[in-house]
Amino acid sequence: MQKSVFLAAVAGVGMTAGVASAATLDDVQARGTLNCGVNTGLVGFAAPNAEGEWEGFDVAVCKAVAAAVLGDPSAVEYVSLTGKTRFTALASGEIDMLSRNTTQTFTRDVDLKFEFTGINYYDGQGFMVPAELGVSSATELDGATICIQTGTTTELNLADYFRSNNMDYEPVPIETNAEAQQQYLAGACDVYTTDGSGLAATRAAFENPSEHVILPEVISKEPLGPVVRHGDNEWGDIVRWTLYALIAAEEYGVTSANVDELAEGTDSPEINRLLGTEGNFGEVMGLSSDWAVNAIKAGGNYGEIFARHIGEDTPVGLSRGLNAQWTEGGLMYAPPFR
Amino acid sequence: MSDTHAEAAQLAFVRQEPIPPAPPPVAEAGIVKWLRDNLFSSVPNAILTLASLWAIWWLLSSSMPWVFNGVWDAGSLRECREILDGATGACWAVVRERWAQLVFGVTYPEEAYWRPATAFVLLFVALAPVLFPKAPRSLLPFTAVYPFLAYFLVWGGSVWVPVMAAAGFVVGYLVFQRLVAQSFAMGFFGAIAAALVFWWVAGFVTPTLTAIAPITLEAVESRNMGGFMLNLILGTVCVSLSLPIGIALALGRQSGMPVVKWICIVFIEFIRGVPLITLLFVANVVLAYFLPPNSTFDLILRVIIMITMFASAYIAEVVRGGLAALPKGQYEAASALGLDYPQAMRLIILPQALKISIPGIVNVAVGLFKDTTLVSVIAMFDLVGMIRGPILASTDWNGVYWELFGFAAALFFVVCYGISQYSQWLERQLQTDRR
Repeated sequence: MQKSVFLAAVAGVGMTAGVASAATLDDVQARGTLNCGVNTGLVGFAAPNAEGEWEGFDVAVCKAVAAAVLGDPSAVEYVSLTGKTRFTALASGEIDMLSRNTTQTFTRDVDLKFEFTGINYYDGQGFMVPAELGVSSATELDGATICIQTGTTTELNLADYFRSNNMDYEPVPIETNAEAQQQYLAGACDVYTTDGSGLAATRAAFENPSEHVILPEVISKEPLGPVVRHGDNEWGDIVRWTLYALIAAEEYGVTSANVDELAEGTDSPEINRLLGTEGNFGEVMGLSSDWAVNAIKAGGNYGEIFARHIGEDTPVGLSRGLNAQWTEGGLMYAPPFR
Repeated sequence: MSDTHAEAAQLAFVRQEPIPPAPPPVAEAGIVKWLRDNLFSSVPNAILTLASLWAIWWLLSSSMPWVFNGVWDAGSLRECREILDGATGACWAVVRERWAQLVFGVTYPEEAYWRPATAFVLLFVALAPVLFPKAPRSLLPFTAVYPFLAYFLVWGGSVWVPVMAAAGFVVGYLVFQRLVAQSFAMGFFGAIAAALVFWWVAGFVTPTLTAIAPITLEAVESRNMGGFMLNLILGTVCVSLSLPIGIALALGRQSGMPVVKWICIVFIEFIRGVPLITLLFVANVVLAYFLPPNSTFDLILRVIIMITMFASAYIAEVVRGGLAALPKGQYEAASALGLDYPQAMRLIILPQALKISIPGIVNVAVGLFKDTTLVSVIAMFDLVGMIRGPILASTDWNGVYWELFGFAAALFFVVCYGISQYSQWLERQLQTDRR
């Protein structure tokens, strides 16, 4: 008796959750704001500035989706989430989409019932060493002491990498990134390893960043992208193709500066279809025809967003690397707008 | 022998008045004596004194230049370092630039900062008659109004919501007055029922009232609260709620009625056996699964409920300690006077038991206030969450640790030391026994 009541309650909650998520687009439009889950703070990716406005590489995706759906990039309610609370917030319907440097994995996609809508940053684990050691490749790290955050996938990746290269290392286990910075600077370890973007941000915060080098080897795959719930494919399409629109815009040379001009019509049918002067791609998704124009105007195309928040001219100073367009040797490849 | 006598008789001078007391030897008076007694009374003590002096000097000489040579005017950590140019110095510019965020959180509207500030100042006015016996009694009605006023100031919205909430309490009290003559339980439950009915009706009336008399402040959602303000809200609300609940639980645990007794024991032991962080995760994560989607059960409210439950369980045990410390004769004397249970508790037992419990209660209160920083792990931007999340993650300030956490420590120290001093003063005031 007790058990069946409990199961009925759970089933009821599950059903109502399914009903609610079936029309996320309607909910968002009725509400007039997009509830977007972001990090509580990650350098370059998501953080509020002195005026309290959220900005960053992941935040720009929220703004682009809000602009595409509601025509207003500022119509976003940011819900800051930790690594532990992010999935429940999404599953319970507290947020409409999650843009929080979340690695796409099998279990998250299949088992947790989420939908990864593209990849906006290809990250991977790397190494940082003091420049004075004269190391130029991770293969020269035999016998090094390495600062590593315990309980993360980076720990396992590191063990795999050193074993497969027949090298020895001495791990210095530490708890947080902040502790790692202090330990590394104090010389407790020769090498610090974590995700590449994290290494770059850590290095940027050092007093003399030029005294430290990030080695070229990347030893793991961390594809990060926005996430939505299973079961609402229309909404998933909107988030996915908004991201693709930003990536395609860079490929076709559409920027926030020239998008208005190009939206009046060009010789390129691809650009015309993207910007809504040909075809009715916006209407097909349930949006206005200038959805992509709004999304691009929100913060520029993918390249502009990258350059503004984490690019080489920012303190984070990441090079495009894997995140360059496919035409330039990277992995950013938007399917055709056709 | 006789020679000496004769010589003495010939002396021309005999002292008529006593010799004035000589000043004590230098080593036995003033600062020198104090130093000898307290700092250099023996060789090991002297060594300890010198070592301590050296440690203090070392601490100050290495930290004070850092503190006073700090940079107050810079836009980022890099600018700080450029200005310092290799010299030792703190980068206080981060506290200056993010001051408002540290106190009010990221998204509290800037033009409304005066509202929580006013509520904070009024808090002292409201607390004065409760905490200080000499404060004018005429302030007590204001204390009763304060919770609703503070809610209106901090959260904004229609004034009729807190007014109706307050009216519900008044209705409950009137019903209690009417029924308590028949029996305490009847008055108690009748009051609760009346208040609930009133609130239910008020739920329909409030929108109309707001339309007729739109006295409103800009509404601020709970998720926009943050900074030290959030710590203060959680600390104040939870401590004041957990005191009466804790006392009720302590009395319930001592009760002779088995059902009440066992409910209280299970509640107290369960809550005390679970870490606060677990309860916070339940409030934030697990409850979301069991509530219908899009139902807005305010996150701050959920957290307040959890922290209050946690604190009441501890306060219940502290008060139970006070009750147990009373000699059995006090209970028997109360019964012998013909007092019934509520009267005996109210007039004889609790005043004494609570006085014994003061240090323990203050201990829980101070600990609870500091524990409010735990909400940062469920992604609420309290003072510590603000520092760990948004501020350290901004490209400008990544890498500033000591300054920010030092500032947070200073804020907490001021409040906690204040509470502790008050409790010591209160203990001296209430010291009426023979000990």
